[in-house]
Amino acid sequence: MDSGIVDLSRLQFALTALYHFLFVPLTLGLSFMLVIMESVYVMTGRPIWRTVTRFWGTIFGINFVLGVATGLTMEFQFGTNWSYFSTYAGDIFGAPLAIEGLMAFFLEATFVGLMFFGWNRLSKLGHLFATFMVAVGTNFSALWILIANGWMQNPVGSQFNPETMRMEVTDFAAVLLNPVPQAKFVHTVSAGYVIASVVVLAISALYLLQGRWTGMARRSMTVAAAFGLASSLSVVVLGDESGYALTDNQKMKLAAIEAAWHTQPAPAGITVFGLPDLETRTTRYAVEVPWVLGLIATRSLDKQVTGMSELVLLAQERIESGVRAYGAVQTLKADPANVAAREAFARDGRDLGYGLLLKRTMDDPRRATPWQIQQAAWDTVPDVPLMFWSFRAMAGLGFFFIGLFATAFLLCSLRRFDQRWFLRLAVLALPLPWIAAELGWVLSEFGRQPWAIEGVLPTGLAASTLSRGQLWTTLIGFTLIYGALAVIEIGLIVRTVRRGPYAGHDDLAPVPDIGAQPAPAFA
Amino acid sequence: MHLALDYSMLRLIWWVLLGVLLIGFALTDGWDLGIGTLLPFVARTDVERRMAINVVGPTWEGNQVWFILGGGAIFAAWPFVYAVSFSGFYLAMFVVLAALILRPVGFKYRSKRPGLGWRAGWDWALFVGGFVPSLVFGVAIGNVLQGLPFRLNSDLRTYYEGSFLGLFTPFTLLCGLLSVAMVVVHGGAYLMAKLEHGPVRQRARRYGGFAAILSIALFALGGAFVAFGDMGFRIAGTIDPFGASNPLRTTAVQEAGGWLANYAANPWMISLPALGLLGAGLAWLGLRRGWEAPALAGSALSSLGIIATVGLSMFPFILPSVIDPHSSLTVWNASSSERTLFLMLVATVVFLPLVLLYTAWVYRMLWGRVTSAAIATDPDLY
Ligand code: HDD
Ligand code: HEM
Ligand code: HEM
Repeated sequence: MDSGIVDLSRLQFALTALYHFLFVPLTLGLSFMLVIMESVYVMTGRPIWRTVTRFWGTIFGINFVLGVATGLTMEFQFGTNWSYFSTYAGDIFGAPLAIEGLMAFFLEATFVGLMFFGWNRLSKLGHLFATFMVAVGTNFSALWILIANGWMQNPVGSQFNPETMRMEVTDFAAVLLNPVPQAKFVHTVSAGYVIASVVVLAISALYLLQGRWTGMARRSMTVAAAFGLASSLSVVVLGDESGYALTDNQKMKLAAIEAAWHTQPAPAGITVFGLPDLETRTTRYAVEVPWVLGLIATRSLDKQVTGMSELVLLAQERIESGVRAYGAVQTLKADPANVAAREAFARDGRDLGYGLLLKRTMDDPRRATPWQIQQAAWDTVPDVPLMFWSFRAMAGLGFFFIGLFATAFLLCSLRRFDQRWFLRLAVLALPLPWIAAELGWVLSEFGRQPWAIEGVLPTGLAASTLSRGQLWTTLIGFTLIYGALAVIEIGLIVRTVRRGPYAGHDDLAPVPDIGAQPAPAFA
Repeated sequence: MHLALDYSMLRLIWWVLLGVLLIGFALTDGWDLGIGTLLPFVARTDVERRMAINVVGPTWEGNQVWFILGGGAIFAAWPFVYAVSFSGFYLAMFVVLAALILRPVGFKYRSKRPGLGWRAGWDWALFVGGFVPSLVFGVAIGNVLQGLPFRLNSDLRTYYEGSFLGLFTPFTLLCGLLSVAMVVVHGGAYLMAKLEHGPVRQRARRYGGFAAILSIALFALGGAFVAFGDMGFRIAGTIDPFGASNPLRTTAVQEAGGWLANYAANPWMISLPALGLLGAGLAWLGLRRGWEAPALAGSALSSLGIIATVGLSMFPFILPSVIDPHSSLTVWNASSSERTLFLMLVATVVFLPLVLLYTAWVYRMLWGRVTSAAIATDPDLY
């Protein structure tokens, strides 16, 4: 395959997915915060809580539609840009995506209309129910999409079928109960709650600094402080480490995050600072804190963290076995009944994907020299400095958020809403949780390279056979549309914040032309 | 429990469900697409535009999920179809997505600012978001009927040899216009049912009625193309409905008039194109006379008839290939494994009725006509 096509497809996926994930987490978190605020309204019956709910509901709405608009692209991108991936894995990967639509998107999209338009048509409790359904729907959607994504990280419950030349389900329960997505779900959803809490905290702090709408701002800040403290603890304590013992590639990711070029005796130390160097495969100026890594990664003091060099040796063996599996599949294509090939496939089949790694440099992996196999084995090491730094930035921010929300919680409990230094800090924190979340995806997805499906399908083979012209067209097209929408969205949010909670949802009599003069030039 | 549900049965059921999804999309999101397309024509002032938009304001999001679910379900049940069609229609798909992206934002953002230019811009977005996807979907169906220029290699990787401009032929453009006419009838009938009496409703009736006549003419003309043009495919050799899903194991040939073979074998199938025509006729009558229920029913039946006609004429083909008929995707060679089809069926049987139930409930809660008085006073409206 043309590596330019693969790189452009990766770029497009990364840009559209990272963009989608700017809106997704705020939706995930704010929907639940709306449930909390509205519950207080229903329980106390005090109109101020209705105002609070409606104000954040407006912000929710502006953000929500962009989540929807950008999600449309994602749903079809596997087919448009990763068609071989879709053929190869659709039997397993398509199911969670379809169930996501059936179970989550319908729920959330149907009730969101009622949530926005039902204020005067439903009872208080009825409306709260609609809001709750929206929150449940969005969070279910996260669950299913992460089951799909988690399967790419840890492809359980499936097997290659030479008759159909693709992966097929052997055990659907294993796909559902895969531990990787479970860990990812808790962490990702908590990240969304953190983002929403920071947004509510920052905007409330801004109002308090300006002395505007302080009644609403104080109440919102109290909710954000409590919800944010719980979520930031959850995002840190329930980080994603639990998946790392499972597969070679996850181990490789962990080793890359730690720049662990070689296995260290247990318990491993953590490198808090250093400059990983790809050329010499060493980390310069490393500052180590003993034991901590072993604790995080293996939750024990006596297990080892395997180093990259050792993992590469393992990969090398698997490539050799993969080449034999590849040979067997080629024979079976022509002669499905061939007994020797069937036996060879039964023995080495699980390493087929490793054999395919060689396809990056040659058409027929069976011709690979030992040197080429060694090179391909080193390809399984992801971008070490990127892993190293994204993790440290994300985790550092995680601890910062705990501090931020703990302080906010303390101040709110003491009813001290006048600490200007803290209010300023809260406003400045606004962009930080997005940075952490995007780095999280960079870590998780770049760390998966060179695999589209770990151990099964290399990214280089997964793309569609398109032309560079086609890819540039869509890449530029999406960038322009998304860029314009981002500007418009931010403008609207700023406007909404500026006008505050009592501005109403709409301008009621905005245009001077009511009933009389024709609307602005359409045609 | 598996007994009656063998692999061939599951494939058939999923082929029917594919149709159900398409029809669900046409019947629900069809309202939104149609109203988007009609927007500049039926509503002229800002209040009128807002009335038309608020007819679907609270429900378009749920409707759009039929489209998304279409993507997901094809991926899960017909992975080859998902892979070949969306990568083959690459730029067309981009055009559709770009237009559809404008729609959610158009609905939500239009009323957030008072400026004339701002609102006119979003009106454009809503029009493009309704018209362009409807047109391209029809053009795509036309291309499927003609056969797509793709081939599969022995690893089942797809190679597509067509171009974007090559998608547009007289026949496919006709299909595109038919699809636009279909959603316009549908949107017109819905506007009639949901708007207070007044000029917007009046215009919706007029344009809807015109589109109904157009769709009768275009559908009939399209039928002539299919019957007398050199379109059609036939499976040569034996079919194994239980065989492994590997498209390269089927032999197919191109054969002019091949899409009529099923009608010869099953004369009852004629009722479907008839439904397409009669439904449109009923819609026309309803729109003209101001009978709301018959207009809605007529346009729904017409869409159902037209979509079912396409599907059944092609059976068992789903995506035939013109450059290499051997690569054609059919009901028997392009599905997921038996296990996945079964699991997805269980999920559908559990969730789809639930979806229909709460959707109906939400529609009921929001029932009632949109009035200009409400536009002026209700702060929740777009
Ligand atoms: C962790 C959560 C998460 C992740 C990783 C993704 N999404 Fe997403 N997605 C959501 C969480 C979400 C959401 C919070 O549920 C959204 C945001 C706004 C909304 O309507 O639902 C959503 C919207 C959304 C929509 C529009 C749904 C609608 O109309 O209501 C689609 C089609 C997708 N997504 C598809 C995808 C695909 C194919 C992804 C894989 C790359 C993906 N999303 C990643
Ligand atoms: C919305 C959150 C997500 C973000 C921000 C994200 C981010 C990324 C990034 C940055 C890449 C590029 C990696 C590279 O090129 O090295 C990528 C690739 C990819 N991701 Fe994700 N990802 C997200 C969710 C998902 C999910 C949920 C899935 C699967 C369901 C998924 C599947 C893929 C695929 C198929 C590729 C392309 C092949 C590859 O490069 O491996 N991603 N994603
Ligand atoms: C000490 C704190 C944290 C730790 C130890 C941690 C750990 C991790 C790890 C190891 C991954 C990679 C998962 C993989 O390989 O697939 C990850 C991913 C991610 N992180 Fe964090 N994280 C922390 C804080 C944060 C914070 C504060 C946020 C956002 C507010 C965040 C958001 C994410 C997201 C969105 C992902 C990608 C989805 C996933 O793989 O779960 N993380 N995190």
